[in-house]
Amino acid sequence: MKTIAQFAIGYEQLLDADSRVCGELPPFADDADQMRRMYEMMVLCRLFDTKAINLQRTGRLGTYAPCTGHEATHVAVGAVMRPEDVLCPVYREYGTQIWRGVTLTEILTYWAGDERGCHFAGPREDFPWCVPIGSQTPHAAGVAMAFKVRGQARCAVAYIGDGGTSQGAFHESINLAGAQQLPVVFVIVNNGWAISVPAAEQTAAETFAQKGLGNGVPGVQVDGNDVIAVRKVMQQALDKARSGGGPTVVEAVTYRLSDHTTADDASRYRPAAELEAAWQREPLLRTRRFLEQKGWWNEEREAALRKDCTTQIEAAVQGYQNRGTPGVDAMFDHLFARLPAGLSEQRDIARQYGSGEAH
Amino acid sequence: MPRVTLVEGINLALARALADDPDVVLIGEDIGVNGGVFRATLGLQQRFGKMRVQDTPLAEGLIGGMAVGMASQGLKVVAEIQFMGFLYPALDQIANHMARLRNRTRGRLTCPVVVRMPHGGGIHAPEHHSESLEVLLCHHAGLRVVCPSSPARAYGLLLAAIRDPDPVMFLEPTRLYRLAKQDVLDDGQALALDAALVLREGDDVTLVTWGAMVHDTLRAAEQLMQEKISCEVIDLSSLSPIDHDTILESVAHTGRLVIVHEAARNAGLGAEIAATVAEKGLYDLLAPIVRVTGYDTVMPYFAQERAYIPSVARIVDAVRQTLQDPS
Repeated sequence: MKTIAQFAIGYEQLLDADSRVCGELPPFADDADQMRRMYEMMVLCRLFDTKAINLQRTGRLGTYAPCTGHEATHVAVGAVMRPEDVLCPVYREYGTQIWRGVTLTEILTYWAGDERGCHFAGPREDFPWCVPIGSQTPHAAGVAMAFKVRGQARCAVAYIGDGGTSQGAFHESINLAGAQQLPVVFVIVNNGWAISVPAAEQTAAETFAQKGLGNGVPGVQVDGNDVIAVRKVMQQALDKARSGGGPTVVEAVTYRLSDHTTADDASRYRPAAELEAAWQREPLLRTRRFLEQKGWWNEEREAALRKDCTTQIEAAVQGYQNRGTPGVDAMFDHLFARLPAGLSEQRDIARQYGSGEAH
Repeated sequence: MPRVTLVEGINLALARALADDPDVVLIGEDIGVNGGVFRATLGLQQRFGKMRVQDTPLAEGLIGGMAVGMASQGLKVVAEIQFMGFLYPALDQIANHMARLRNRTRGRLTCPVVVRMPHGGGIHAPEHHSESLEVLLCHHAGLRVVCPSSPARAYGLLLAAIRDPDPVMFLEPTRLYRLAKQDVLDDGQALALDAALVLREGDDVTLVTWGAMVHDTLRAAEQLMQEKISCEVIDLSSLSPIDHDTILESVAHTGRLVIVHEAARNAGLGAEIAATVAEKGLYDLLAPIVRVTGYDTVMPYFAQERAYIPSVARIVDAVRQTLQDPS
């Protein structure tokens, strides 16, 4: 039998777990400001995560999905997307969202069970968080189709997890993106675990990047804790998409250092040794050591950064705690542009009984 | 004025919408060069090009989801689901996203999408091609559900659906696609959404129905007239929201209500209509409400489909039943 098609998956890592440069660095890695800015955002995300978990533990926030461990991937994607691009997130990619202008207050408002958190003041065309797993990927394909229909040089980016790649919607989306050469990048954040199911039990595929190949979409795997490598790979994928070269599947290999959500207890299913080993590869220290080696970072900067982040986070906490209740009309106000007559009758009942009884 | 079938009326409306508004884009399976399996999109790709009339990969879930993405960018998407039995994969996107996007983003993103799909049986189609699943759609907040019963109403309601800023599910009765022709003025005039239509006025019994059953119900009314029984026939037309006022007004006049639908009885739309009349019009009723519906069985293969679809005889008998002296 002769071979009629061959495929390969590339792997990119430029900064290893010990912060050693292990490849040719792209130009932005020589820019102290750009590198510092990414590190600063990563720290903000980590501190925000800690705060949000504490708010949940003390009954001031609903279930929250932490991002600890994923910061390099999230921040790098945010750094290379353009403002006019559109993001279709899952629910923990705060680093990308904050970079794009979603506020900490909006994130907290969402997890406080209030739809107003999805009314982004910043990226007006970005999708809000998506809970039904995988169902955001066709939205990104559709957004990219709109860009193609209108001849706009814009890109859509969809996030999905390792577990999400088992959904039909994911495959249907990358298949369409390939067939129509749509300007979209699918970022698979492989953090090792889909709640309690390890990636190795999710699929027999050697990589998640190759999930694109069967649909005619090239894939690349990148060290998702290496902010330089993720940014470089994403830049290439977006440049290609923007210039009509079609979609790419990017697998960012990282690790979920937290529970799945605050409603989860990962110690029930995850070996402690695995978690301990993963902490040795985590992205913040790796990036900080690189900055320090370059002479771009020191203890004073770190202290100032943490102080500034804490101030921002405290302001955000004030913001969502002072937001006031949405009011019962809100259930009806945004359902349709034009509320059907029967629903205004139900709205009257809701008004009469108000916000309901506390539990 | 062209004399057209219902499917040709749909084609006229789609062509009109595409010509009038550059944001209108059609997506679906085989809707391009083939013109759709029922030919609803015949000639439209040739006229408007492959970007405006797109053949999608064969995946209904994708069609629902890409429609959401495209619509979030302000395109007015008209998606075709080839048969209603194939709606299920798309329901995830329709219910979880299309119906909710405006609400969950507090109006920041919207979904001006029309999902067209053939509805009901009676055309000798293979299994899964003849379903009446309107309640699956009507149960979801954030959707409008429309079902036309004539070429002119298909034309006017489809234009209204496409121009509406929110998602509209547009159910096209398969056995009406080519049943009869009607003069349809292609003037771009839309009909009102959210409104039922009184197709025939009467005094003794109110008959509420929609889609293909409108024709059988009108035939029943005609037959009953020979027995001096005067039926008022309401074409519900808007399955969600339901125009309860028109029904209640009619029941206040006739005192009797028969609801006819092809879909199964259990938790069907007839129950919702009956419950509302019981809540708001009970004292107008002179007899119990009667439902004439498909059975709570699987829609049979086509050899038996006429046994499932309510017949004119069943409707006539139901009306007679409401007029029987209870003593």
